[in-house]
Amino acid sequence: MNPVNYLYLAALLFTIGAAGVLIRRNAIVVFMCVELMLNACNLAFVCFSRLHGNLDGQVIAFFTMVVAAAEVVVGLAIIVSLFRSRHSASVDDASLMKL
Amino acid sequence: MDNLIALLIAAPLLGAAVLLCGGRRLDGIGHWLGTLLAGASFVLGAVLFVDMLDRSAGHRTVTKHLFSWVPVEGFQADVGFQLDQLSMTFVLLITGVGTLIHIYSIGYMEHDENRRRFFGYLNLFLAAMLLLVLADNYLLLYVGWEGVGLASYLLIGFWQHKPSAATAAKKAFLVNRVGDMGLSIAIMVMFTTFGSFTFPAVLGGADGASSGRNTAIGLMLLLAACGKSAQVPLQSWLGDAMEGPTPVSALIHAATMVTAGVYLITRSGAVFNAVPDVQTVVVIVGGVTLLFGAIVGCAKDDIKKALAGSTMSQIGYMILATGLGPIGYAFAIMHLVTHGFFKAGLFLGAGSVMHGMNDEVDMRKYGGLRKYMPVTFVTFGLGYLAIIGFPGLSGFFSKDKIIEAAFAKGGTEGWILGAVTLLGAAITAYYMTRVMILTFFGEERWKHAKTPSPDQPSVEPAAETHGAHDEPHPHESPKSMTIPMIVLAFGSVFAGGIFGIGDRFVKWLEPITSFSHGDSPVGQWTVTAATIVCLLVGVGLAIAQYGRGPVPVVAPRGSLLTRAARRDLLQDDFNHVVLVRGGEHLTRSLVYLDHSLVDGVVNGTAASVGGLSGRLRKLQNGFARSYAVSMFGGAVVIIAATLLMRAV
Repeated sequence: MNPVNYLYLAALLFTIGAAGVLIRRNAIVVFMCVELMLNACNLAFVCFSRLHGNLDGQVIAFFTMVVAAAEVVVGLAIIVSLFRSRHSASVDDASLMKL
Repeated sequence: MDNLIALLIAAPLLGAAVLLCGGRRLDGIGHWLGTLLAGASFVLGAVLFVDMLDRSAGHRTVTKHLFSWVPVEGFQADVGFQLDQLSMTFVLLITGVGTLIHIYSIGYMEHDENRRRFFGYLNLFLAAMLLLVLADNYLLLYVGWEGVGLASYLLIGFWQHKPSAATAAKKAFLVNRVGDMGLSIAIMVMFTTFGSFTFPAVLGGADGASSGRNTAIGLMLLLAACGKSAQVPLQSWLGDAMEGPTPVSALIHAATMVTAGVYLITRSGAVFNAVPDVQTVVVIVGGVTLLFGAIVGCAKDDIKKALAGSTMSQIGYMILATGLGPIGYAFAIMHLVTHGFFKAGLFLGAGSVMHGMNDEVDMRKYGGLRKYMPVTFVTFGLGYLAIIGFPGLSGFFSKDKIIEAAFAKGGTEGWILGAVTLLGAAITAYYMTRVMILTFFGEERWKHAKTPSPDQPSVEPAAETHGAHDEPHPHESPKSMTIPMIVLAFGSVFAGGIFGIGDRFVKWLEPITSFSHGDSPVGQWTVTAATIVCLLVGVGLAIAQYGRGPVPVVAPRGSLLTRAARRDLLQDDFNHVVLVRGGEHLTRSLVYLDHSLVDGVVNGTAASVGGLSGRLRKLQNGFARSYAVSMFGGAVVIIAATLLMRAV
């Protein structure tokens, strides 16, 4: 199977994730979409690795997973404390940082 | 001997400093001190004069370097004096007539509580004028020039409690500033052209300089001369300057101030000789002023203002003569000296008349005073005969020479100038005869004037002691006033003859001003005869108009020209409409421009920046997703740009 098709898939996943981040209000869903984008990147890296015939892309995919895991920890903690203080998981409710 | 030159100026300067700083405790001796120092200055001048006569004509110039004033690399200004025949003439005139006026003022200002201050100012005036004529460079001359302006301001406004005097002083000062600006520009141009402003550098280099530079210097010097010498178009201050005490008028008109312009042009003769066009302008200014002053003098009923018009006219003669070049310089200075005698005498006589008449200045309220003031009558009369150029008296010799020189200019110009000067002589004879008849002859009109007229409320402080204001009691003035008048009358009679016969004065000044005869189309005796005819016509007209029959106490309405002349030929109206209104319009439009354009640019920039940032602020809405959109959009743009660059 042509590896380029995986790149199309990665692009599709990334687009879905980005659209979700921009459109959805629920923090959990936004979070999931961020994960989707990260994984789309991973897929692209692995695909490039296969295309170029070396392991660099796969190594970077591992790094991305580590970053994603750390992000999940911090991100979920923020969402939980946000929900505790405002009883809502909507990202639009947290709009205090404006003039 | 050359140390005396500095002392010559130092004496009156010391007097001014002591009298003005000494305060009230000097009130008792102030006038004596001032007169003494002025006299000392005259004696020093006389000593230097005798010393100068001992040397041959070529070696008479004495210079004295006092100290370096501004010793800077590339800009050397020194305080140094140059005493030559021209300066000497002025020194003797200034200190001589000045001292006589000091003596006169002792009596005239006797009842003024500020007499000490008055004498301080008089001394300052003398010192400034001496500095002006003795300076050996234009920068130091400028110091004297400004000093004269300051002293005249202080003296014209001496009775500053009178608003009219304060205004007149301001006017004189402001009009003079215009001329001063001309002199300062001339000095700057001199410095850029010659790299120096000493007389030898400037006058010696004038021939080699470009005609453009010479024209600029000449015109600016002429502007300066117009300011100080009250020539058209800067003549308007002279009439108002009559608000000062009468001795001040005598000093300004005879010995100092107005002669400064003539001195400046004569001193800078080399510059003017190099540019004939500028000389033509000088001649035109002189000619116009000559007639202007004479016409104004004919219409004034105020004795001092009539004399002021006459001064303007006579100075016009001198300026005209200086414009003729080497033909005229010597005669300009000669007329200046003889004019110094008879005009000082006339003003002091006028002051004496006012002194005896409760400070009434309206000649229509005089009349028949010859019986009451014999000394004043005789001295004033001799001054009168001198100024109209009665054969044998001072004015005859000097004015006749100027008229001859005007004809000697040659060509059409010569005929026009000759005609103008002859006409001036006739008008002079007319208005001076008018003054004479109105004041000393005819019926005693002051007897009917029960009350002082309401438009002459200014009773000078000196009049307070004369008691009843209802009817004046004409009387002769004290000795301190009559003696200077007698001395000046002698000068008025004999000075012209002493100078004129055998061309003594011309030979005396020749090393400085050079001299050429010109080629006159008419003979010397023809000119003299024409002058005498003009004189007789003028006198005859005046006698026909004022000498036969009563003179109305209230001035008749008069013709259009008379009314214009009473208003100084509309000079103030002209200045008001053109300069004051014009200036107001200019400032108003500048203010408008400032508000709309300059402020508009500044305010507009601020408003547009403010508006833009207000719009940009809207982007900061606090929604995380909208920030995400901008980040996403930015990333897309950057990637697109990168790809685009790659593709290209």
